[in-house]
Amino acid sequence: MPTPFEELKTRALKRWDEFTSGEKAWIRIGGGTSGQASGADSVFDSFKSTVEGLGANANVSMVGAMGLMYMEPQVDILMPDGVRVFYGNVEPDEAKNIVTQHVNDGKPLLDRAFAYSGGDGTTTGSLPALDSLPTVSYQERIATRNFGETDPHDLLQYIARGGYEALNRALTDMTPEQIVDEIKASGLRGRGGAAFPAGVKWGFLAPSTAPTKYVLCNCEEGDPGAFNDKGIIENDPHTLIEGLIINGYATRSTHGYVFIRTGHNLPIEAARKAIQDAYDVGLLGKNILGSEFSFEMEVSLTGDSYVAGEETALMEAIEGKRATPRFKPPFPAAAGLWQKPTNINNVKTLAYVPEIVRNGSGWFKDIGTETTSGTAIVCLSGHITYPGMYEIPMGMTIRDVLEKIGGGVSEGERIKVLQAGGPLNGLLGEDAFDTMIDFDAMSEAGASIGSGGIIVGNETTNVVDLLRNLIAFNQFESCGKCFPCRLGNTHMLEILDRMCQNKAKSTDLALIERVGLSMKAGSLCGHGQLGFNPIASALKYFGDEIEACLAGELPTPGVFGDGTMILPTRTRP
Amino acid sequence: MTTADTKQSSALRVEIQQILSAQQQPTITILSSLLAVQDSMHYLPEEAIKETARFTGETTNEVWSVASFYTNFRFTPPGEKTLDVCWGPSCHLLGAQSILESVHSTLEVSEESESPDGKVTLKYNTCLGACAQGPCIAIDHRVFGKQTPETATKIAMDLRGLKS
Repeated sequence: MPTPFEELKTRALKRWDEFTSGEKAWIRIGGGTSGQASGADSVFDSFKSTVEGLGANANVSMVGAMGLMYMEPQVDILMPDGVRVFYGNVEPDEAKNIVTQHVNDGKPLLDRAFAYSGGDGTTTGSLPALDSLPTVSYQERIATRNFGETDPHDLLQYIARGGYEALNRALTDMTPEQIVDEIKASGLRGRGGAAFPAGVKWGFLAPSTAPTKYVLCNCEEGDPGAFNDKGIIENDPHTLIEGLIINGYATRSTHGYVFIRTGHNLPIEAARKAIQDAYDVGLLGKNILGSEFSFEMEVSLTGDSYVAGEETALMEAIEGKRATPRFKPPFPAAAGLWQKPTNINNVKTLAYVPEIVRNGSGWFKDIGTETTSGTAIVCLSGHITYPGMYEIPMGMTIRDVLEKIGGGVSEGERIKVLQAGGPLNGLLGEDAFDTMIDFDAMSEAGASIGSGGIIVGNETTNVVDLLRNLIAFNQFESCGKCFPCRLGNTHMLEILDRMCQNKAKSTDLALIERVGLSMKAGSLCGHGQLGFNPIASALKYFGDEIEACLAGELPTPGVFGDGTMILPTRTRP
Repeated sequence: MTTADTKQSSALRVEIQQILSAQQQPTITILSSLLAVQDSMHYLPEEAIKETARFTGETTNEVWSVASFYTNFRFTPPGEKTLDVCWGPSCHLLGAQSILESVHSTLEVSEESESPDGKVTLKYNTCLGACAQGPCIAIDHRVFGKQTPETATKIAMDLRGLKS
């Protein structure tokens, strides 16, 4: 008598075979928000209607984006012979040509493609293998293992590739304590920015026997430059859902929430559908997979507020209130959402959990560095040749990421500055580029991985102008609860604005430092406490440029000639 | 207050009550309710504050507190289409300010507001989540990447129904 999971698995493998082992070709187009922004929707529509129009023997799917965003819209075709060929920067009007030649005539357009996979390489001319491309070969894809492979809306495809095996194993073979121990042993540290050991955090929540306990997934992702949280949910939502259910089981929790900002429709829709599908087949709800464990889950939408990504403000938002932080203690594990025991974890942290449970903690610990196991999911953008989302083992240097994966500067002469980890973290100069991407190494260098975004600026970048942009963001997003943050950010913005207009006062540097100190001392949460970080790091790496700006020696930045910047004028009451 | 005002107000109340009751998710709060109303009506009429208070059993003070905090909420009807332009650091380095300047000019606005013909609401966005395709804009939450002042101008003109 097959178990509920075995039944699911059988159905899933059958489904996967229909796409990969049948007589039909499989045309996959990379989606996600980045895909949408590049025009992938029109490409998908075009291929779909072309296949229908020509009566071509092919399935057409919108799959999770592979992350090679410099190649989007990306289309690949898997033929029944097992050879898969990848095309990049595809336009909708190329569909007829590609479908006719590649699918109908069986002749891949080798001059048009950029890589292949499968087969023995004898039928693909001089095309490189996909995993020999630096943007692929340096990756170790765990959280992003299904990117580019599966339709994010198809639960069975996720299961076919190993999905929910971990949950099944957890529910049938492991106790909650064993899972917490596994997560501790794996060395998994939180990927939301604080890098706290996840297993230890789960261990704070696990013991209590309260009848209602919550595990929350933070996908607010307000950091400009970071898109890996929304990226995971929109491209492979089930890795997050499965991770959250396991989190719930390990901590004896009863409810899970996936917290996403309104307006980000692709991850919202993907999460909602994934949750509904999971309920439909008994992966959520009462007695999951026939076990004693019951668990409810829903998506919770927040309004626009960056501070809603702070864990206690997040709970306020789920409760339907203003997203302002709470005092700690009490800590969430003691009194959290609606004062019940609660854990909050970042999307990426949870996305690793299924594979850690499936493959064992030792496997995860072996990847990365001594202090930071696993991978970093880096989001590269700005003046970089190969922007995209890349999952790399911890321990790679920043320079290697920029040069070997990123392909170096895209326009101009050299990479001058990086904004890494979000607007509460630093601006890094070339001196920092040999730092390893690892929580402790970055911290020693006065930097932070943060949410994983790395924004690249070439030699034309005006550092003070960039600082103004970051502080303007922080000022706009201050929730207002603490005056040092609300007023301090406003004051720092005024000073930076003056500097950009060559109207700096001689007292400005000392003043901005004092403001930063009082923000640090007088703010309840990281938003105010860390608000001076970008300026502190800019002083460290670009001290000369800041001096020159104060002395009025630099050209004014921006489009107006006078150094002013277009900024929103709304403030939070 | 005329009979027409109160009639319109009543119709709004009924519509809002229906939106509030139609929420599907298990957890219903002031925030979820306001999001549902704005999602459907694209703004929060004054009636929405009172009806949300009534629906959730909270005070109008509490509801205003939430409505005034989150910057996506608006209290007047928007233009026919909403154009978001990203001003985050990545898009900034790739030329967002020039795009903002040309969009201001094309829409005949000098800040986040509606174009004079009421066709377009301009909003500045802190991050549209597609930084690798920057500079980004969005039309009613649909993201378009790799914008230049020229492409953004054309889009803004199209949204106003003008020939470019």
